[in-house]
Amino acid sequence: MDLQIRNVHKSFSGFPALVDVNLEIRSGELVALLGPSGSGKTTLLRVLAGLEFPDYGQILFGGENLAGKPVRERKVGFVFQHYALFKHMTVLENVAFGLTVRARRERPSRDDIRRRAGELLDLVQLGGLASRFPHQLSGGQKQRVALARALAIDPSVLLLDEPFGALDAKVRKDLRRWLRELHLKTGYTTVFVTHDQEEALELADRVVIMNRGRVEQVGTTDEVYDHPATPFVFDFLGTPNVFAARIDGRKVTLDGDSQPIETHSIHPSGPVDVYVRPADLQIVVSERLGIPATIVDVQRAGAVIRIVARIDTSGEPIEIELPHASAEADRYAPRQRIRVRPRSFSVFPRGGAPRRSALEDVPGHASADVRSRA
Amino acid sequence: MRASPIPGFGLTLGYTLAYLSLIVLIPLAGVFVKAAGLGVDGLWQALSSPRVLAALKLSFGTALAAAALNAVFGLLVAWVFVRYEFFGKRFFDAMIDLPFALPTAVAGIALTALYAGNGWVGQFLEPHGIKIAYAPAGIVVALTFIGLPFVVRTVEPVLRDAEKELEEAAASLGASRWQTVTRVILPAVLPALITGFALAFARGVGEYGSVIFISANIPQVSEIAPLLIIIRLEEFDYAGATAIAAAMLVLSFALLLLINTLQARVRRSAAPATPPLDTAHPILQGSRG
Amino acid sequence: MTERIDHSLLDPPKLPFEPLIERNAVITEQPWVRWLLTGSALLFLAGFLFLPLIAVFTEALRQGVGTYFESLRDPDALAAIRLTLLTAAIAVPLNLVFGVAAAWAIAKFEFRGKALLTTLIDLPFAVSPVVSGLIYVLIFGAQGWAGPWLAEHDLQVIFAVPGIVLATVFVTFPFVARELIPLMQAQGTEHEEAALSLGATGFQAFWHVTLPNIKWALLYGVLLCNARAMGEFGAVSVVSGHIRGETNTMPLHVEILYNEYNFAAAFAVASLLAGLALVTLALKAFLEHRHAGALSASHRH
Repeated sequence: MDLQIRNVHKSFSGFPALVDVNLEIRSGELVALLGPSGSGKTTLLRVLAGLEFPDYGQILFGGENLAGKPVRERKVGFVFQHYALFKHMTVLENVAFGLTVRARRERPSRDDIRRRAGELLDLVQLGGLASRFPHQLSGGQKQRVALARALAIDPSVLLLDEPFGALDAKVRKDLRRWLRELHLKTGYTTVFVTHDQEEALELADRVVIMNRGRVEQVGTTDEVYDHPATPFVFDFLGTPNVFAARIDGRKVTLDGDSQPIETHSIHPSGPVDVYVRPADLQIVVSERLGIPATIVDVQRAGAVIRIVARIDTSGEPIEIELPHASAEADRYAPRQRIRVRPRSFSVFPRGGAPRRSALEDVPGHASADVRSRA
Repeated sequence: MRASPIPGFGLTLGYTLAYLSLIVLIPLAGVFVKAAGLGVDGLWQALSSPRVLAALKLSFGTALAAAALNAVFGLLVAWVFVRYEFFGKRFFDAMIDLPFALPTAVAGIALTALYAGNGWVGQFLEPHGIKIAYAPAGIVVALTFIGLPFVVRTVEPVLRDAEKELEEAAASLGASRWQTVTRVILPAVLPALITGFALAFARGVGEYGSVIFISANIPQVSEIAPLLIIIRLEEFDYAGATAIAAAMLVLSFALLLLINTLQARVRRSAAPATPPLDTAHPILQGSRG
Repeated sequence: MTERIDHSLLDPPKLPFEPLIERNAVITEQPWVRWLLTGSALLFLAGFLFLPLIAVFTEALRQGVGTYFESLRDPDALAAIRLTLLTAAIAVPLNLVFGVAAAWAIAKFEFRGKALLTTLIDLPFAVSPVVSGLIYVLIFGAQGWAGPWLAEHDLQVIFAVPGIVLATVFVTFPFVARELIPLMQAQGTEHEEAALSLGATGFQAFWHVTLPNIKWALLYGVLLCNARAMGEFGAVSVVSGHIRGETNTMPLHVEILYNEYNFAAAFAVASLLAGLALVTLALKAFLEHRHAGALSASHRH
């Protein structure tokens, strides 16, 4: 089932939780809503589910606008962070619940219900636990029961609210892998919310990065990682080095550097910020190229070497990351003078101006402004 | 017994035990000693007279009916007060405890005035043949008043702590509002409801002050067990009075045990959702007369 | 994307009041259901709670304000009021001391049988009021165990004030203790231990450290204890001789007046008790609201 979210706005008592959200989700996709707390990702999920209603906008399920319809009419499978299993029912009764509450006309026979619930339990590999009660299960098992329960109603879309947030790290990793396999096997359109970027990037076909109620970027893992659309996205997926620079046509010159670098980014000529990941900052051996800097500290962190240095002209700190196994790793020590140049980078307007929204002038929806980096 | 740096253990524990024994334990034991002194035959004789049986049946029956009424309406009241807002809610909520604070004799005469043939309520009911005052129905009314807060105060905290997500989950699975309430919320509240029912029942069985005014107190018809105890005492039939008292004590203690077990089970099975319930919480006992 | 934005999605609020759960939230009932349930609940409460209360005051003033005050000035009524106050003045402090001692013993020390002790303290709650009076008649009555001894020494417990006080002490026995025990257990022993380490005696630690921490719960317990002590009927009825002017508390006096068909006077005295009940409720609500943190957990709304 295709999903389309159009111009959705939602406020809670004046606080803008969702601002002009537009999103398309293709049938069978596994999409992650990723962002820090307060970004609106859970609100968006609940609006999709029909647990909350938007102030403006449309939610289209297969072309039909369901924005005003409550959750019980939408046939969505919702999985909660804390499972929300019915404590007084057995595992089987939990899974079968969605079928037993159907109107008599549509309800399968009792045997059919039991069979279907049993099949689902087998699907989530909990076949032998049908007559247990929720309090007798581990966290991971409870979450799988919750998933089976949601699948029982053959939902048009599966919505997961931080499904692994309440679990231990090891269980989380296992279940992540298992969810991916389940998705491949069943093919349901799935949207899940997480604040863990590793989880999102690992699991999802596409990632929706949200910040303060807005969608910052939508794309595959590669797209958001290699071509972040905004400073926020860049920053959220790693710690960037920020260089002041000037752009002229297709050439950008970092302050302190003598030679321009080619770029594909299109910006009006003028001052810009250049964002570089530590792993993309290269130490160049040259008298002219690159920005002069002085090493302050060299740290070993697992599989990488982290070099902290200070730019000579501005005094700003930068960070360079080298694989531990690389030949040059041993050469560097504090107080050494080096020159650095980005290997790959993103260009953003100076000061990180936000993307403008067409409804920015609507009262109550003040535009968020991304503060420029120090 | 671990030695503790804090002084006063011997003093406070000793005083506590002494006071407890003198005021509570020894006098209560006295009832059983005297009852035992009658021997099984004597006890049986004292308890099996038609008048005594009728009184016991009446006390139990009316208490049961009143507790059932309170279970239904108490649940309703708890639901409305926990989930809805309305003008004056705080005031009404405080007033629910009125039966705890009001002396039973006052309740008794007030209810009688209301439901007698010329009372505000009675004047509408009697022409239709519904007699409340001076009839067993009046006893049920009085006991309903007395037990009103028990179910409400026991159910309220459980309802308050019910997780919103469970209802959302049920709705997302296609359940109608009615189905969600009856299949998800109420079963979770049931243990607390039963506990409240048991508390109201226990309270009603021993009630005296509010009942004797509204009842005609006719032997074998509308005479409650506590009244019979008093009558026996006035006849100086200490033995007879003690026999009935012992029977009622046995029942009370059995109920207390049941309530404790129920609450322990509630605590175990619904751990995070249900806070521990105080067995014989002062609020729940209030003024009895 | 040139479609018009659909703004017509919200139910505008139709009611003067809103449910606790967010408007349009999924997990509340339709408005008419809410109205019906709220109305039924309030109707039930009005019928069973408020009507009797109003009736007390209405009946008390039925024969005019003059008669009302005259009934209260009646010597027997005044004696009943005095006896009620006296009984409460003895019973409440006694149970207060007990409550503090028991809570101290249970909360500050470890020993086996705590649960049993707590249950035993609760026993008076489980006993019917009439039985509560009976147990003392069995001991101190004319045919009781101590009866002959008392007669010899010309002492009277039953059918006299001491018996009334005793019965009242019994029925109000657990109130203060049950308030203090969970609270003091939750508060632990750290503060007292700190005071001791600084050189305080046990009593000083109690007076300067413990007491301020429990003062609101103490007040709460005393409030309930007092309401019950003044209102007790069944137990006192058994041990009192119903002797007008001597062994009648206010509730008993109400009964006597009522049985004599002196309704206005009966309700007049009853109205004082009802007034006391209302004051008790108000203070109770105040304590629960303002000092919820200082009371044991079950009082917090």
